[in-house]
Amino acid sequence: MAEVIIIGGGIAGLSAALEIAASGVKALIFSKVHPLRSHSVAAQGGINAALRNHPDGKNDSWEAHMIDTIKGGDFLNDQEAVALMCREGAKRVMELEKMGCPFSRTPEGRIAQRPFGGGVFPRAAYAADRTGHAMLNTLYEQCMRAREEGRIDFYDEWHVLSVIASGSKCLGIAARNMRDSEIKPFPAGAVIIATGGAGRIYSHSTNALINTGMGIALGYFAGVSLKDMEFVQFHPTTLYGTNILISEGARGEGGWLLNKDGKRFLSDYPDSASSMEMAPRDIVARNIIKEIRRGGGVEDEYVYLDLRHLGEEKIQERLPGIRELSIKFAGIDPAKELIPVQPGQHYTMGGIDVNIKCETGLNGLFAAGEASCVSVHGANRLGGNSLLEALVFGAVAGKSASEYAEGAEKYPEAFLKESEAGLKEKTSFLMNSRTGKSQWDIWEEMRKTMMETAGIFRNRDGLTKGLNIISRLIGEYDGISLSDRGGVMNMELYWAEELRGSLRVAEAVLIGALAREDFPGRDDERFLKHSVIEYNSGSPELSLKDVDVSYCSPAERRY
Amino acid sequence: MKDYTFRISRFSPARDATPYFREYKLRLGDSSTVLDALFYIFKNLDPTLGFRFSCRGSVCGSCAMKINGGHRLACETQASGLGNLITISPVSNLPVIKDLIVDMEHFWKNYRAIKPFLVFNSSGREEHIVSPHERKRLNGLVECILCGICFSSCPVTGLDENYLGPAALLKLARFLEKERGETRERLYPGITRHGVWSCRKAYNCQESCPKNLSPAKAVRNIIFKTAGKAFRK
Repeated sequence: MAEVIIIGGGIAGLSAALEIAASGVKALIFSKVHPLRSHSVAAQGGINAALRNHPDGKNDSWEAHMIDTIKGGDFLNDQEAVALMCREGAKRVMELEKMGCPFSRTPEGRIAQRPFGGGVFPRAAYAADRTGHAMLNTLYEQCMRAREEGRIDFYDEWHVLSVIASGSKCLGIAARNMRDSEIKPFPAGAVIIATGGAGRIYSHSTNALINTGMGIALGYFAGVSLKDMEFVQFHPTTLYGTNILISEGARGEGGWLLNKDGKRFLSDYPDSASSMEMAPRDIVARNIIKEIRRGGGVEDEYVYLDLRHLGEEKIQERLPGIRELSIKFAGIDPAKELIPVQPGQHYTMGGIDVNIKCETGLNGLFAAGEASCVSVHGANRLGGNSLLEALVFGAVAGKSASEYAEGAEKYPEAFLKESEAGLKEKTSFLMNSRTGKSQWDIWEEMRKTMMETAGIFRNRDGLTKGLNIISRLIGEYDGISLSDRGGVMNMELYWAEELRGSLRVAEAVLIGALAREDFPGRDDERFLKHSVIEYNSGSPELSLKDVDVSYCSPAERRY
Repeated sequence: MKDYTFRISRFSPARDATPYFREYKLRLGDSSTVLDALFYIFKNLDPTLGFRFSCRGSVCGSCAMKINGGHRLACETQASGLGNLITISPVSNLPVIKDLIVDMEHFWKNYRAIKPFLVFNSSGREEHIVSPHERKRLNGLVECILCGICFSSCPVTGLDENYLGPAALLKLARFLEKERGETRERLYPGITRHGVWSCRKAYNCQESCPKNLSPAKAVRNIIFKTAGKAFRK
């Protein structure tokens, strides 16, 4: 039986696995954590699809969804890809429902939908405020069925160290079993990278601690380009202190943003004056920062999210997770008190450059979900579109990869053994180092630098300074010192392996950002482009490529 | 800021015959969680300390451990409420791999044993009609994060290694709730001596669940619903 290796067990990875298993090819899922610990589990608010189940959404259509998505992304999305996602959306959500995904329901018994920022109709289908948890568990359950039938295998707590390629062809991977540190090569007909985003290159992120971007770097190191890495989403409402996500669903259900004087300040800013809390994330996040800089923030750090007027019953029914998190992590009950919120890094719009079939530049290597950039989100993702992208393009990648794998010859293992030797050297360099800098100093400086220089507002001087610091840290990485020599669940080694990828991803974000000048106005002549970065043996090379605007033309965004 | 002593159970299979406690002294800010403390120790005092983590926000179920004797998620447990001496050890009823990391395969094997999936028919573009009332019946059955705390705090799982345990049975209750034409017989392996009939009603699962779920109550409901039927053939 032909085999496809999937790196990552989140929604994109499992969606790919089910598609592969259904086509008669075997899927092997490698994940550094148990798949149900993937960051997909934390998605809260919903998944967009033009189901027309909400009374205000009767006129919704996939075309309307597409236009909202393109406008939300400031016309930097590839429009054919957006069209595919929006057309496929309803079908995939229905399929998920048939698998038993416990969506919330309308009074008529249909899948419930709520409004999300940047959408002209309420189209985010939701399972209370635990939509990612519901979806990931449902997909994993179906994977258990395929596993019984021998169509899917899981390699939990295997850390993938490299994607092995020769010439223009991907041949497999090398991975380290975290239980005993054995490094093994695995040949495969095709490989899919579905490892999620890189939020943890920033100090303030909603992301799980495992979201280091290492998976993105796996493709990058193997020779495929990264696209639009400078497009990093900052979520407007993360809990002050821990940056735990407070769902956009909270505003979708009617929550207000207030400054320290209790005023709904978004009305003071022209680009959010009419849609207020329902403007897209980039605009709301920017205006919160502007308000804090103007002096409207509390302790100059945060603003308030007010849900009190929704009433305890509605909060408990629609936003029970938000209530639980606020109580547990901030000691605040949103039914009675204001939630302190600030913008925080949330989503990596850029990623491994793939086309509409999820193919990378390397034959046999595919990518899907947040790790990839098929470019459905452009410069700013709309809430509710990440789960959709993971679900839809996970399946697309699964289909492409299984078709490819069926025609691919299984490469002789001798080649892989050679690669294994190289990898052992790499790891023993980490294991034998004794005198260098602590990796934690590098982690901390990288995260602080990214937050300060590649945050919501950026300028040339800051970005240049940031890039200099990251380049220095990349040099220092080679001399880091580890002291745990154990082979069983050596977490110090795990973090050091991740750091190598994180640093290069951070570097790519800065290089991409420097490609765009800091003008407040638009310049479509020069900047209606994708930035593309190649690793080039450690001296990254930047180029630009055209954006697909086959459906609608750019215009100024107001909400 | 407050001073703490953490007593942490250590075990490295290659080096140690049995687990032992090691003490760490540290100072933490007011809103620090136990997970924050473990990371502080790991980064500053002892890089060999092993513990699992992922979301740090109480949704992924990675960081279950015994904290001052009770099973909790480290990420959502504030250190300030625990006194100055905090004792941490791995969860019970599962073999230790290293320090606070246990091998959960037994737990997952039980999860798989109840066949936790709907056999569905994908034809048709419309969703099933499920009234809000019917949907409400799933509340308490679908929020489980499979952290294993119920399994580790249950008195029966420690005694009967064939007992499916609370989390698997909660999952079973969820699949009995939504039939959609599939045969209930598929689920009967869970309704045997090592399934619902082994629950001794200690309600430890309900007491310790970080999501306030009650597998014990779900077990009662399965028994009411299926009593007799499981033994028919």
